[in-house]
Amino acid sequence: MTKALHIGFIPLIDAAALIVAVEKGFAAAEGLDVTLTREVSWSNVRDKLNIGLFDAAHLLAPVAIASSLGLGHIKVPIIAPVNLGLNGNAITVSPALHAAIMAELDGDRFDPMATALALSRVVASRRKSAAEPLTFGMTFPFSTHNYQLRFWMAAGGVDPDEDIRLVVLPPLYMVDSIASGQIDGFCVGAPWNSIAVDRGVGQILHFVSDILVRAAEKVLAIRQGWSEKNPDLVAALVRVAFRAAEFIEQSENRIEVARILARREHVGVDVDVILRTLEGRLKISADGTIRESSRYLLVGREGAPRPDPTQAAWLYAQMVRWGQVAMSSEALATAKAVFRPDLYDAALGLRQEADRGAVHSIGAFAGPTFDPADVAGYLASVKGSRRVL
Amino acid sequence: MGAESSPKIAIVDESPIRAAILEEGLREAGFTDVVHISEMQSLLSRIYALDPDVIVIDLENPSRDILEQMFQVSRAVRRPIAMFVDQSDAASIQASVDAGVSAYIVDGLKKERLKPILDLCISRFNAFARLQDELDRTKSALEDRKVIDRAKGILMKLKGLTEDEAYVLLRSTAMREKKKIGEIAQSILTASELLK
Repeated sequence: MTKALHIGFIPLIDAAALIVAVEKGFAAAEGLDVTLTREVSWSNVRDKLNIGLFDAAHLLAPVAIASSLGLGHIKVPIIAPVNLGLNGNAITVSPALHAAIMAELDGDRFDPMATALALSRVVASRRKSAAEPLTFGMTFPFSTHNYQLRFWMAAGGVDPDEDIRLVVLPPLYMVDSIASGQIDGFCVGAPWNSIAVDRGVGQILHFVSDILVRAAEKVLAIRQGWSEKNPDLVAALVRVAFRAAEFIEQSENRIEVARILARREHVGVDVDVILRTLEGRLKISADGTIRESSRYLLVGREGAPRPDPTQAAWLYAQMVRWGQVAMSSEALATAKAVFRPDLYDAALGLRQEADRGAVHSIGAFAGPTFDPADVAGYLASVKGSRRVL
Repeated sequence: MGAESSPKIAIVDESPIRAAILEEGLREAGFTDVVHISEMQSLLSRIYALDPDVIVIDLENPSRDILEQMFQVSRAVRRPIAMFVDQSDAASIQASVDAGVSAYIVDGLKKERLKPILDLCISRFNAFARLQDELDRTKSALEDRKVIDRAKGILMKLKGLTEDEAYVLLRSTAMREKKKIGEIAQSILTASELLK
């Protein structure tokens, strides 16, 4: 018997596992009749998931945590039994800001410490000349983009609240906003960085994988209450996402995947831009410079789909660091419990530790090593924060 | 804002017709201080300049995420803003999401005062959606009629039928094939294009 499920998504490349799961029949093979609904805002995805219009959703990992903690909105416990993507974001700046950073650069241009220090010098000289602070766009208050930008800036001694204006912008508006000069840079997921480059209005300064080796990005989010009533459906969804993720990572499937994603009802951008993302070969400036990375976006490889509570703890630590929530061991435990490797392992029948491919690392380019068992110690030693007590 | 004065309401909506319907409803209900924001550029600075007590936004608007930023403590915010969320009032949230509208309340306004505003927005949004549906149906009915007229013309010419006979033939075929008359008419047009 097939079961009808409604799943919401935002048109981004890291919704690929869900889209491919439906289009290539992985969902149907598990007896799921999935209807995908394209949404225009993360707030909508969250609200429709929370009130039950969606059974599951493509969601920013920190939004799943914020919802479980009741931050910024009604408290609805959410679980993430499978990741839809790791990394995949990039920091893009206007050609003018890129030139200013390069002029101040002392070191390798792909070294985030060198660029962060250069940014701090740009900020200082702008302050001296009484110029307006630089403005950066990110996609949501509880977003990886927000924390990744802040992490990078703070490492160079830039205060992301005092020295910079950080503003929320829907991904759809990022490119126009940098083109019109409303913002000087942004951090967003694929394909929007590439589109800014293609239009000649932005240069990709960093892949987020320069800043963090592994960063949980989007999860398949499910209401905890629903998951407890429907354990078989949760397991089926994990398998469906896992198989689609494996399919996406096969190089011989890339063109087909790109064509599926390119369709209007999915992501709705050029096949070529999507291919570059999937291959990790991005054009980073209008002159055609290509930069390759094997870590740009991880969908199905390197154990990417398996949820890692260490990632949840890191995201919670960033919320505390930037004053979105006070530190408490209960809240930390709640955040970690959002990520459910146990459900993932059970769904895929991974009984042996060795089969699970568990990786617990963040791999940040700066600051203390992150230990999920000592978040308070981490926060005490990290440079730059806006903690509330 | 005094307890008796009308709260200032900002409507963020790119649809001028829906915003007008909403504004009219609010004014009729005695909320006289209503401003419509249709331009999404620099949305936050517009809102800060207006300094409203309530913000209403449609859910098709990607700028909704921009409003979520106002919950954050930031030096740019003069007054903290929260979405109208009441843990005990899931029904209101459900009704507003169903209607496609969301309301944000600025700190200082009592929740009881928001409730009638939100209810009114929900009913006006639903009314607009019904209007839109009717309009769409009327449009497609008009389209159908044009297609049916052309199909009748083809049948009359090819089979030497009168207009009434052509229509009866279309209708009986539609009934037999469990399709709409418009669909049968469209397939006749397509076929005649192919056979030209």
